[in-house]
Amino acid sequence: MKDTWLEQLEENLKKVKAGGAPKYHEKLEQQKKLFVRKRLELLFDDEFQLEDGLFANFTAGDLPADGVVTAIGKIHGQIVCVMANDATVKAGSWGARTVEKIIRIQETAEKLKVPLLYLVDSAGARITDQIEMFPGRRGAGRIFYNQVKLSGVIPQICILFGPSAAGGAYIPAFCDVVIMVDKNASMYLGSPRMAEMVIGEKVSLEEMGGARMHCSVSGCGDVLAATEEEAIASARRYLSYFPPNYEQKPPKMAGKNPPEGARRIAEIVPDNQNAPFDMMELITSLVDEGSFYEIKQLFARELITGFARLDGRVVGIIANQSKVKGGVLFVDSADKAARFITLCDAFNIPLLFLADVPGFMIGTQVERAGIIRHGAKMISAMSEATVPKVSVIVRKAYGAGLYAMAGPAFEPDACLALPTAQIAVMGPEAAVNAVYSNKIAELEEPERTKFVMEKREEYKKDIDIYRLASELIVDGIVSPDELRKELIGRFAAYENKQVIFSRRKHPVYPV
Amino acid sequence: MAQVKASMAGTVLTVLVSQGDQVEAGQDVIILESMKMEVPVQADQPGRVKEIKVEAGAFVNDGEVLIELEE
Repeated sequence: MKDTWLEQLEENLKKVKAGGAPKYHEKLEQQKKLFVRKRLELLFDDEFQLEDGLFANFTAGDLPADGVVTAIGKIHGQIVCVMANDATVKAGSWGARTVEKIIRIQETAEKLKVPLLYLVDSAGARITDQIEMFPGRRGAGRIFYNQVKLSGVIPQICILFGPSAAGGAYIPAFCDVVIMVDKNASMYLGSPRMAEMVIGEKVSLEEMGGARMHCSVSGCGDVLAATEEEAIASARRYLSYFPPNYEQKPPKMAGKNPPEGARRIAEIVPDNQNAPFDMMELITSLVDEGSFYEIKQLFARELITGFARLDGRVVGIIANQSKVKGGVLFVDSADKAARFITLCDAFNIPLLFLADVPGFMIGTQVERAGIIRHGAKMISAMSEATVPKVSVIVRKAYGAGLYAMAGPAFEPDACLALPTAQIAVMGPEAAVNAVYSNKIAELEEPERTKFVMEKREEYKKDIDIYRLASELIVDGIVSPDELRKELIGRFAAYENKQVIFSRRKHPVYPV
Repeated sequence: MAQVKASMAGTVLTVLVSQGDQVEAGQDVIILESMKMEVPVQADQPGRVKEIKVEAGAFVNDGEVLIELEE
């Protein structure tokens, strides 16, 4: 072969791999962003990287790789597929070949049944190319169609480094998890400029579609990262809890004890049912040290969702946080739970419910927001989950709260109670008021208080946890000191559980 | 001017601060009772209590202003 051919190839490869013009690289630096190839270097285990379509749109001259890198690499030794926008090439916008490359890497991930990561930093469609890239069979719409098709087959992870605008905002929307870089990441259908022109609203990008807003208010974001490095590390960590596809089980690791000096669960849970405590502290005392990875930490904080390990085995935890809004279930917390349960069930991650819930919120505001249909979503997702499922009644579990937290009627493999557990349609205070309201109204003080107290005590006896165990409603009463050991044993025993929930095309989902 | 707002609908159980008090960010300033739970409400940022808008026993809706703070 002629040396000039080799030189030419070397030169062309170098040119394409350099991305866009130097001024765009400078802009990246100003925005504290990394070049797409640096991002991939941080994402993958090592140098192993296979790339297709590097010469896409080469003949155009100024569109290296057509603004997107599609590659195969390794994370924790596992093959993964990646599409990554290059913001130095026309602001990461999508042309016809950009879209084709994204579709092809999706098809590759589908065939290989491996996780697919979307590293998004894109201004959206190139309007100049719209006929080629927007409406057709293999236009941008096909990217979303594929995402929906792949949902639950392979993990789909989005790291959002920059904008994800208009139609492009649906890439994160169809992923299992969205990790957003604070200050830089944004998602919106219409930009602030468009909002001002079309509806007259004046608003900043951060307020309307910023990372923090999406991670705390809209719920479109799952993890807020301070830097790009942190976001990439977070995505790698997230994948450590997942199998490569729905046919396999999550990887088991060596177990670790909870941290030294963690308080005993018996000390953490207060005697007073109505006093708040920090459920996060209980989780820390229960699971392998450093193993908790929280999903939606800033959103609907009255419910905690996240992955952890129990003696090295992955579990998904759903826990009521009484420290926030009394641990009551709201519209957003019900959605958060439904989504997380579906995610775990799709990828064979067993579920652990830690119940301390006064019920679903009541009142005009939440009824108007449709709390019933949102609650139905949570109960539906929890019912359908066929992975090993254990509910622990930590303290109270009242009303539909018991149902939503995998109560006995919902086929948990076990419903365990701590001695502090209290299961009832409602708490003693509310129940006595409901049953004896006329009588209470008739009485004068001090008889009234005396009567109410007596009735509350009677009621507490009626719902005594030993009575519920005696009636086989709960499967056991466990010492909080033994809870970790019990759960490790349970999840090990249930590992090969196989259940078909229902034969049908699909349920009519509550939404 | 900073405001402390109700985190959920409920009844004011206890007001923990008085007018003129200096409060820290994250400090509990009011306890609501809702769904039979005690629900502490915190100040998001530090400040001096300018005005307490509610008293014990009052019903408040989610987002209602409970306390006005000043620098």
